[in-house]
Amino acid sequence: MSFAKALRCRECGREYPLSPSHVCEYCFGPLEVAYDYEAMATKVSRASIEKGPYSVWRYADLLPCEGEPVDLQAGFTPLLRADNLGRALGLSQLYLKNDCVNPTWSFKDRVVTVAATKAREFGFTTLACASTGNLANAVAAHAARAGLEAFVFVPSDLEAGKLLGSKVYGANLVAVDGSYDEVNRLCAELGDKHNWAFVNINIRPYYSEGSKTIAFETAEQLGWRAPDHCIVPLASGSLYGKIWKGLQELAKLGLIDPFQTKMSGCQAAGCSPIVTAWEADTFNFRPVRPNTIAKSLAIGNPADGYYTLKIMKETGGAGAAVSDEEVVEGIRLLAESEGIFAETAGGVTIAGLRRLIQGGHVQPDELVVAYITGAGLKTQEAVADALPAPLHIQPTLASFEEALAQRSGAAAPVASPASE
Amino acid sequence: MARQRVKFTFPEDQITEPVIYEIGKRFNVITNIRRADVTPEVAWTILELDGESADIEASLRWVAEKGVRVDPVEDTIIEG
Repeated sequence: MSFAKALRCRECGREYPLSPSHVCEYCFGPLEVAYDYEAMATKVSRASIEKGPYSVWRYADLLPCEGEPVDLQAGFTPLLRADNLGRALGLSQLYLKNDCVNPTWSFKDRVVTVAATKAREFGFTTLACASTGNLANAVAAHAARAGLEAFVFVPSDLEAGKLLGSKVYGANLVAVDGSYDEVNRLCAELGDKHNWAFVNINIRPYYSEGSKTIAFETAEQLGWRAPDHCIVPLASGSLYGKIWKGLQELAKLGLIDPFQTKMSGCQAAGCSPIVTAWEADTFNFRPVRPNTIAKSLAIGNPADGYYTLKIMKETGGAGAAVSDEEVVEGIRLLAESEGIFAETAGGVTIAGLRRLIQGGHVQPDELVVAYITGAGLKTQEAVADALPAPLHIQPTLASFEEALAQRSGAAAPVASPASE
Repeated sequence: MARQRVKFTFPEDQITEPVIYEIGKRFNVITNIRRADVTPEVAWTILELDGESADIEASLRWVAEKGVRVDPVEDTIIEG
């Protein structure tokens, strides 16, 4: 059952009934789901959670939905100890939360399973979104699962894998000649005209709650404790903020001890309004026009930018912005050291982590969790040219030996995996 | 009559310009500020615009031409 009791404005605190709305009528601030934590604490325990399914719905009591979920079993993804990468970076306790392995290969399945469930509860028959790709894929898949129609709006220059990954589920894919910010503006107008469940507009307060589950899982998989340091890719800042909220909820419910986790965030230099503001020690970011290969993070006006900067300051976290070249290096480093092929956002996270360590913001003995939010096959274009060509041989031993000998003068891999 | 909720983000050179006053005077649009923050480096305002649809659109075009960024209040941008 849900312990959600109201929608509450994050700015002025006014409360509203639980309905498909996302903006405070008084101050136009964003609305967030408010819970009855006292009642929740009487029902939720480590034991009750541990009896749940291996998906985000393990934490159903901390989510704002009632009844049967639209469920592709998103979540409960691996938390891997990354000793090879840790050694390469100088960290003794590095973990990777691998959300590549979700049903549509990104963490967006977490938020969409919640959004789709809530949309169905509200009686909507069409799911919609503005997306840089991963959200469109998740919405299309979950709409198919739920028997709902889907309209997904994306920039027309999106990676081929992400376009295909929406079309294949039978969604109405609308490719817009514009930036993501322009796509989003269009969807705001469409939302006024059509009675659709825009997962990141009118269903947004519920949708964003799904991100808390990545924090819940992190804590449970670490043996019911919070990390010392979280490294999170930043687009709008919503995931970052919900990881923080999720850890706080667990502590409030007594499921983990009080903690002092540092929350750090990473962006691509070609779209880094939050990191730029952090570096200038201000809570006011200046919107930018994105220009980066990390398209899933290419959000020039991050809705949660202010809240992200507040959390970063409050927790002693830091921000790092990395070049597109570093993003590609980050993808390769992660793949070659730990066998995980992440999309460009993952490259931003790993390259950003490296920068944060170099800047003295991450200590060698901290228990660090880096969040890898989407799989690399979706953004193959970003790394294809940076990888060596295969050995091309005839089907003979001699041909192989010759090709191997010729390659001996080629560039070494980005990371040297640990050898036993 | 139409109504729009928008966020203006001002570049440094427009922070001291009476942009919102001019919207009302030039385009006959009623402006109602709900939240704002103005510093020497960056300023933003969240406001509601009431008026004829064509007047609101014209005012937003004028504002954008002055270099002020205009976003809908549903400035969601939860990463997609």
